[in-house]
Amino acid sequence: MAPDTATQIKMYRQMALIREFELAAMDLFKRGQIKGAVHPSIGQEASAVGVCMALDHDDLIVGTHRSHGHNLAKGASPERMMAEILGKDTGYCKGRGGSMHIAAFDTGSLGALGVVGAGNPLAVGAALAFQMRGERRVAVPFTGDAGTNTGSWHESLNMASVWNLPVVFVLEDNKYGVSTHIRDSTNIDDLSIRAQSYGIPGVLVNGFDVLAVYEAATEAVARARAGKGPTLLVAEAYRFEGHYAGEPEVYRERSEVAEHRKHDPLTHFRRVLVDTGVASSEELDDVDSAAKDEISAAIEFAKASPDPDPSTAMDYIYA
Amino acid sequence: MAAKKWDATSLSATAPTMSPNLISQVADDVPAQEITYQEAIREALREEMTRDESVFLLGEDIAKHGGAFGVTRTLFDQFGPERVRNTPISEATIVGAATGAALVGMRPVAEIMFVDFSGLAMDQIANQAAKLRLMTGGQASVPWVLRMPQGGGAGKSTAAQHSQSLEVWFAHIPGLKVVLPSTPYDAKGLLKAAIRDDNPVIFLEQKFLYSFRGLVPDDDYVIPLSQCDVKRSGGDVTVVASGYMVWHAMLAAEILAREGIDVEVVDVRTVSPLDEDTIGRSARKTGRVVLVAEACRSYGPTGEWAMVVMEHAFDYLQAPIVRIAGRDTPVPFADSIEKGVWPDSEDILRAVRGVME
Repeated sequence: MAPDTATQIKMYRQMALIREFELAAMDLFKRGQIKGAVHPSIGQEASAVGVCMALDHDDLIVGTHRSHGHNLAKGASPERMMAEILGKDTGYCKGRGGSMHIAAFDTGSLGALGVVGAGNPLAVGAALAFQMRGERRVAVPFTGDAGTNTGSWHESLNMASVWNLPVVFVLEDNKYGVSTHIRDSTNIDDLSIRAQSYGIPGVLVNGFDVLAVYEAATEAVARARAGKGPTLLVAEAYRFEGHYAGEPEVYRERSEVAEHRKHDPLTHFRRVLVDTGVASSEELDDVDSAAKDEISAAIEFAKASPDPDPSTAMDYIYA
Repeated sequence: MAAKKWDATSLSATAPTMSPNLISQVADDVPAQEITYQEAIREALREEMTRDESVFLLGEDIAKHGGAFGVTRTLFDQFGPERVRNTPISEATIVGAATGAALVGMRPVAEIMFVDFSGLAMDQIANQAAKLRLMTGGQASVPWVLRMPQGGGAGKSTAAQHSQSLEVWFAHIPGLKVVLPSTPYDAKGLLKAAIRDDNPVIFLEQKFLYSFRGLVPDDDYVIPLSQCDVKRSGGDVTVVASGYMVWHAMLAAEILAREGIDVEVVDVRTVSPLDEDTIGRSARKTGRVVLVAEACRSYGPTGEWAMVVMEHAFDYLQAPIVRIAGRDTPVPFADSIEKGVWPDSEDILRAVRGVME
């Protein structure tokens, strides 16, 4: 069953915000205003929003190097996120984390980790705490398809299953680990069957379709919250951009990317909203331009913010 | 301070040997029990679990079995399977789960069966737990303790993959604290402090010391982390040591006292962050320094301590600094060759006599 009108509009708004944020971050990176790297999640907005909209404020997410979208979807402020990726003192992590490590504890984002596969164990531990304290909260770690070949990813599914923990393991299958296609690193077509090894449900959804992701996530979250244990949720999508902004993409044909871009999750959802009468094109245009404005304001805020004081370089090492 | 004169009246009938009497940490009027190092660790866990519901244990075979060395034995009976939690053999996720639980307000104490297995969990230790506070700009704190038995020697070793002394692996990572107690008193007080600390603490237990006995006060006490302990005051030579090597240093000091050499023994019971001041102060006082650690010599703790002495006491030195350390080899199995790998009190005697010349 589709969520109510307000929820659907909010989903679209969140997806538009992520798209604008990522485009702006890529642009700033190419202009040399962001150092390090930016890993855009363009093409994967539906899985970030579909999953996070199924969560409560008190539920927790754990992200990856590609987690701008997850953080925005969980409710993080674009201003403080943009300030973080520009290395500013007003950023969520006071400029200590940068693009790969945005954590927003006030929204339930426990942190984004730059080591592929490292997030699952943290979610297992958080969920264990929830279970031990009798809290009806759920922990959701995001991992990309390539992360499913790491040991900790598997260990975590097993441990969460053995302990019946409230975890929804989200696997965002964007088809590439840097340059390596998942078919060259994994000998199965359907990654959700990995759940069978651990005796938990594995669900495969179209990761371009926010409503499909939301429906599957809602079910998995309800199951976890009811004490029925973890689920593996695989959202199959595609990484429209390179591994990082400006990456040359010598390993795939332009035509392959163009083919997948036909399934752009934003275009698709816009069509659904108009076709089902939830919103008019004009209303959605307004949402798009509001998202643009919000990101412009975020960039202005970030650029006007001070750098961290060099005298604070040794802060936040020990509590 | 001038060297003590040799005094025939201080000689006992027998030569000093390795015994609990070498180290005395509890005053005569303090109610106390003599227990082992292993029991001291268990009692610290029991008391902290009783005091604070957020403290729980996880690790391989720690429940009824009590862990590979029986340290957690009886805790399962008292606290049950929720708080004394057996895990699958999944070191990375044991540590990562401890981190996740700690991030949301628990105080997990995880056990890795042997420190040698920490390699399996090193990403979670060094890249996640140690760095989350900084990476999140202070939003995160990770109040866990990771207990790991380490070391070997005297027939207790079980070859190359179960016998290493790896404190420097962890001491090199900012964000971690590293503790290596040498006595039952220190083990209990430091473990309680580690559990109450808001940072990830690596708590290394010297396997050979599990059966060592010592007095432990009946009343609650904690020993602050990041402080060296002067186990014996002396004016002639400073011996800096940690773990089991503290006992060898104390034995050597007892023997050297009969030769009129007054040794000060500094126990680096928290390896990191290092209390440089206590080492520096002692080195300035004695002007002669011998460093002893069981870990491998190259890039080991003794090299770090030597630099601390140089930075804090160079102008006071009357002899070159001498280091005694484990040899640079994987630990071999047979007793006859394993013995040659670890330093002992004989090495310390030779080194101290050398710097006194």
